[in-house]
Amino acid sequence: MERIVLHSDINSFYANVECLYHPEIRDFPVAVGGNPEKRHGIILAKNQKAKAAGVKTGEALWQAREKCPGLVIMPPNYQLYLRFSRLARKIYNRYSDQVESFGLDEAWLDVTNSARIHGSGRAIAEKISRAIQDELGITVSIGVSWNKIFAKFGSDYQKPDAITTITRDNFKKIVWPQEIGDLLYVGPATKKKLMKYGIYTIGQLAQTSSDFLVLQFGKMGMVLWRFANGLDDSPVKAFDEQYNGNERILKSIGNSITTPRDLKNLKDVKLITYMLTESVAMRLRETGCYCLTVAIHVRTKELHSFTRQTKLAKPSDLTREIAEAAIALFENNYDFSSDIRSLGVRVTDLVPDSTPIQLDVFGNEALRIRQAQLDDTVDDLRKRFGNLVLRRAVTIGDSMSGLDPKKDHVIHPIGYF
Amino acid sequence: MAIKKFVQVIAKFEEDGRIIPLQVLWEDGRVFSIDRVLDMRPGVSLKVGGQGIRYTCRIQNKEVCLYYEEPKWFVESKER
Repeated sequence: MERIVLHSDINSFYANVECLYHPEIRDFPVAVGGNPEKRHGIILAKNQKAKAAGVKTGEALWQAREKCPGLVIMPPNYQLYLRFSRLARKIYNRYSDQVESFGLDEAWLDVTNSARIHGSGRAIAEKISRAIQDELGITVSIGVSWNKIFAKFGSDYQKPDAITTITRDNFKKIVWPQEIGDLLYVGPATKKKLMKYGIYTIGQLAQTSSDFLVLQFGKMGMVLWRFANGLDDSPVKAFDEQYNGNERILKSIGNSITTPRDLKNLKDVKLITYMLTESVAMRLRETGCYCLTVAIHVRTKELHSFTRQTKLAKPSDLTREIAEAAIALFENNYDFSSDIRSLGVRVTDLVPDSTPIQLDVFGNEALRIRQAQLDDTVDDLRKRFGNLVLRRAVTIGDSMSGLDPKKDHVIHPIGYF
Repeated sequence: MAIKKFVQVIAKFEEDGRIIPLQVLWEDGRVFSIDRVLDMRPGVSLKVGGQGIRYTCRIQNKEVCLYYEEPKWFVESKER
């Protein structure tokens, strides 16, 4: 039986939630932006009026104000957006148990099996659209198709508050003439490369020989070719609410932060690294894993960035070992030729924490066990009294010491694969 | 313009988890008994900006929308 897949995308999610809660700003161009004093001063979302004035997501607040002088900029309220995201998911769950979230504002639904109860895919899309408007006061764009890629394409095709159905009869007319960059996973780099070979539209990509694409792009070439031809058969992954959004196989755990001021010396970097590692290591222990690799991400104030990674001698979930590895990695790879704006710590190569560890003659395993016990105690205290109840001495006595990466951590769109 | 007015509410918690408001206590001491809940469903207040369970209630022969926006209750009020 042919699948029926819906992709629902909440229009200008943050901006429209703010408009709902602040009736007085509804008639103005509105954007949600980070705090410039904490140096998060970029546009996160904008409503239709601001969009019409040319405001773009990701640009600096002053750039947006220049384009659109009457712009109302609201500070973000993540708790509220998370609540709306959950409520929207509850509405989706009325029509299917197979709901896969893609960030806070997007989701795929596989409604193949409920179409007989509720009518066609389009009928379900209409019901969802109405329910979200009535119950949440915001609008959605929904794409209906037989695969996830075209469903997503459909939700992007008409905005706001629209439903686009893409069938096997009309996809050549709707999808194929569109430019190549509109296809999921064709970013600026891939787009440039494709254009070099004279591939400008999705249709041209679909009609290119797959062998040629594989030759140029490796296995991604085949994936893109299948996407363009509507041959994608990846399933909508059911979401288990108890599992806190980690329903996919975890590949890595990381936290990064744009600090309130530039980091100028090793002391600053150590402070932030410890702070991030506390969060990363605690999340690692919560998932019951050890990591084998530690990676850091550094962005300078000129916005150049690089990542470096290193293998650990032994699988570990110890805060201290991970932090020391990250700091050593930093010291070996950066010379403070420019101040640092943003720093990240990530652990990958995860293995279950039941994995046996090869002991060695010179290492002090007793010490590692004591460290692990200490970490467990700290975790327990933090769970009971908050993440800031116990802190490392290095992180005290600085204006940045109040940052709490673990609590502020939000799950953002994850890769498609 | 209407404003979002948070109010005290006395409510009954049913065995099945539903919450039924019984009385609204106004800040000046007046008590408004809810004669009947006509409708309850998730809803938004576009007038004052809010989202929660919307209870359409009959109070003194008037229809009033009372919202439960966890953990607070509010009404769309004309008064300051």
